[in-house]
Amino acid sequence: MANLGVDIAGVHFNNPIIAASGTIGFGHEYSEFYPLSVLGGISCKGTTLKERPGNPPPRIAETPMGMLNAVGLQNPGVEHFIKNDLEWLKQQNTVIIANVAGSTQEDYCKMAEILSDTDIDMIELNISCPNVKEGGVQFGTSCESVGTITKAVRKYCQKPLIIKLSPNVADIAEIAKAAESEGADAVSLINTLTGMRIDIHTRKPIIKNITGGMSGPAVFPVAVRMVYQVKNAVSIPVIGMGGISTWEDAVEMMMAGADAIQIGTVLFHDPYAPIKIADGLNQYLDNHHMTSVTELTKSVIV
Amino acid sequence: MKYDAQDCILVSKKQLTSTVYDFRLKNQHLAEITKPGQFVQVLVPGKTLRRPISVCDVEDDIIRIVFEVRGDGTRIMSEMNVNDKVNIIAPLGRGFDIDKEKKTIFIGGGIGVPPMLYSARQAGKNAVVINGFRNKDAVILSEDFEKYVSRLIITTDDGSCGIHGFVTQPLEDEIHTAEMICACGPLPMLKNIAKMAKEHGVPCYVSLEQRMACGIGACLGCAVAVKRSDNETFFQHVCKDGPVFNAEEVDW
Ligand SMILES: Cc1cc2nc3c(=O)[nH]c(=O)nc-3n(C[C@H](O)[C@H](O)[C@H](O)COP(=O)(O)OP(=O)(O)OC[C@H]3O[C@@H](n4cnc5c(N)ncnc54)[C@H](O)[C@@H]3O)c2cc1C
Ligand SMILES: Cc1cc2nc3c(=O)[nH]c(=O)nc-3n(C[C@H](O)[C@H](O)[C@H](O)COP(=O)(O)O)c2cc1C
Ligand code: FES
Repeated sequence: MANLGVDIAGVHFNNPIIAASGTIGFGHEYSEFYPLSVLGGISCKGTTLKERPGNPPPRIAETPMGMLNAVGLQNPGVEHFIKNDLEWLKQQNTVIIANVAGSTQEDYCKMAEILSDTDIDMIELNISCPNVKEGGVQFGTSCESVGTITKAVRKYCQKPLIIKLSPNVADIAEIAKAAESEGADAVSLINTLTGMRIDIHTRKPIIKNITGGMSGPAVFPVAVRMVYQVKNAVSIPVIGMGGISTWEDAVEMMMAGADAIQIGTVLFHDPYAPIKIADGLNQYLDNHHMTSVTELTKSVIV
Repeated sequence: MKYDAQDCILVSKKQLTSTVYDFRLKNQHLAEITKPGQFVQVLVPGKTLRRPISVCDVEDDIIRIVFEVRGDGTRIMSEMNVNDKVNIIAPLGRGFDIDKEKKTIFIGGGIGVPPMLYSARQAGKNAVVINGFRNKDAVILSEDFEKYVSRLIITTDDGSCGIHGFVTQPLEDEIHTAEMICACGPLPMLKNIAKMAKEHGVPCYVSLEQRMACGIGACLGCAVAVKRSDNETFFQHVCKDGPVFNAEEVDW
């Protein structure tokens, strides 16, 4: 058996498979299927300072080999998370990443300050949510805004800081560099691609919010390309995600440059995907006489 | 364990109408823990999202589902064959709380009829069932209902079978003695039923639909607006808080 452990910004993960924010809530529901320790880590649902009601339904649409969502960051607020979820999560023997969103720079800073005083392991700054009117992606689409918010949050953040990048930009590598130069400890990508579907019988958008974020297998090649470009541009760890559904996808994403991966949409299709991906990774490494999964990272031959 | 993703064997497949199929899925463990009004999430090969389908009935180690072909996913399901493995997440959601001692009216409209079978069965002789369909060709499951309940009333929009009209017509007569109403079907029908129930002071529970991803309450995709006691609306989730809701709390 090869070693599946990875270290990201000084935090040890038992395996490189992390559940992606927004797809696994705070872990409770999926812990009915298996102990969360089968996951290297869990990125919790995007959390804001105050409770958010989220967008009106419908929030979901299926797309060819993927889906759109416009949940709109429905969450019970950071204090509720700390009081009701964190203690339980800490007992699950997996790395806990708090995914943080806000409407203003002050929100993000305040969140980082509050969460730095808790037992979470890392903070993932969600400056790439396409489904809320203010905040979210507006901070994530130019090098200046990414640099500014990273720098500001860095002052308040005592935990390893991951910046989660939006794919809805012209040059994602430049954005990653801006985050790195202002103190990000790692970057994660990609968040969802903005998309839209229309019901041709009613002529109405399927999603009430009109547009939604696209995820699932259809975005995988885009994600692989972006991870490859970002890995070539920065020296901090890169967490790759977007459409990973099989262990083969996981290997490919790591070869492109990911130090760890996140999986989201596949959980809806097969809740047991994390276990299958870990088994497949192990097999692959054994078959190729590799002793550590870290050997895969950026091993693409070009 | 509350629910799990497991393979079932498709042990029988029947076509009930030109578009409606009746599947019996064998899985002892999941069948044992399934309650009336709950649903399953069916894995459809080639589709990213599972399809939510209500439990129509449970017979020993069998979960029975009845579904209509609406789009690509249900079409692929209809092409599954006996002995195929069908992966489902089940049982999901909170079903109807049935009180055997109370006269309960179960109302199903169209493809909202199947989930009422297992539920009505619980109430047995205190159940009155009103099933509404477009026309006689769409009528399904009548023999099954007759096996379990004392009274079955059929309505059709065009009068080709049973009472000519909507389910609310026979409900007018029955509602005076009703102690509870359970309903599943198109939203306008549920809305009318909820209104009548309120006028007559009869507790009313409705089974709602929403587009789903996880099916277990993690993704927050399947929101439905409900009213808090202070009349503020907020979002609950069909897969976890429902699919059955108190009609008084739904923000119609
Ligand atoms: C709790 C619950 C119980 C249900 N029980 C039954 C049942 O017993 N029998 C039955 O025939 N149908 C039932 N439905 C509706 C059934 O889920 C949809 O008809 C089915 O998902 C359509 O899939 P499709 O691929 O054929 O259609 P498409 O329109 O191609 O589906 C595209 C996407 O939209 C979703 N979708 C489309 N219509 C609906 C809908 N009405 N509700 C939820 N999601 C939808 C699909 O799941 C899929 O993700 C139920 C729905 C819910 C939420
Ligand atoms: C229903 C849903 C909700 C999501 N919510 C969040 C969120 O709150 N914060 C965030 O950073 N990303 C969120 N995402 C994006 C995912 O974390 C991930 O970046 C994206 O889905 C791509 O990965 P996947 O194809 O494996 O799902 C959400 C995705 C989905 C499908
Ligand atoms: S479908 Fe995910 S919360 Fe209901």
